[in-house]
Amino acid sequence: MSMRTPLKEVRRLGSAKEGADHFWLQRVTAVANLILAIFAIGLAVSLAGADHATVVRTLAHPLVALALILFLVSAAIHMRIGMQVIIEDYVHGEGAKILLLMLNTFFAIAVAAAGALSILKLTFGG
Amino acid sequence: MADAKAKHGSPAARPLSPHLQIYRPLINMVMSILHRLTGAALYVGTLLVVWVLIAAASGPDTFSHVTGLLGTWPGLIVLFGYTWALLHHLVGGIRHFIWDTGHGYELATIDLLSWGTLAISATLTLAIWGYVLSSGGATP
Repeated sequence: MSMRTPLKEVRRLGSAKEGADHFWLQRVTAVANLILAIFAIGLAVSLAGADHATVVRTLAHPLVALALILFLVSAAIHMRIGMQVIIEDYVHGEGAKILLLMLNTFFAIAVAAAGALSILKLTFGG
Repeated sequence: MADAKAKHGSPAARPLSPHLQIYRPLINMVMSILHRLTGAALYVGTLLVVWVLIAAASGPDTFSHVTGLLGTWPGLIVLFGYTWALLHHLVGGIRHFIWDTGHGYELATIDLLSWGTLAISATLTLAIWGYVLSSGGATP
């Protein structure tokens, strides 16, 4: 008689549907944020009080623009999955939870897109 | 918890679901809460960053209007708070990286890392603002 259970037939991650993906994405974006935030803080300090022309000239530089866009994307992912955990912890009504999780995604994408578009506009001289 | 009754119908006197209010606050517990709070504050604070970026892309008039608002005392206080939240969450993140390697779980080390995070984030915030204000970068 076989002592095997049907459990061995489970493919990939099984009914859990995910493993450490959420944890890992939080860490990967955290590392990216750490590096990019230090750059962004330095940039903000150096531009504090600067006039519009100086700010535009600095932000329009491709390397500065690249770093800032990467920061916006990484930060948006990081804050989206961070807020997701907060919502899941405190909001227990199923409908409200689904709605808030959806709004959370919209917010993160909208913020990153609006910031990136502004930087691209400066870079391409709009 | 409200429904939990002893046999005779009187509410059970013992705490049935011990939660935050039961425990004496410990520094690492406060830091855990602060990490989540600063994270949530930064979530909203992103609007501030994007607001400035949009203003810069909109033109000199919009930009000077927005920086003018941020240069008032309430604006500077918000920026100061944002700076601290960012640095606190950032330094707290490094603390979590240390824990992720499996190190630093001794009680004394946890306390040291907690107080260290507070000290470093406060020092960095004050240093940055001291520099910005003394160099004339921001004048209310």
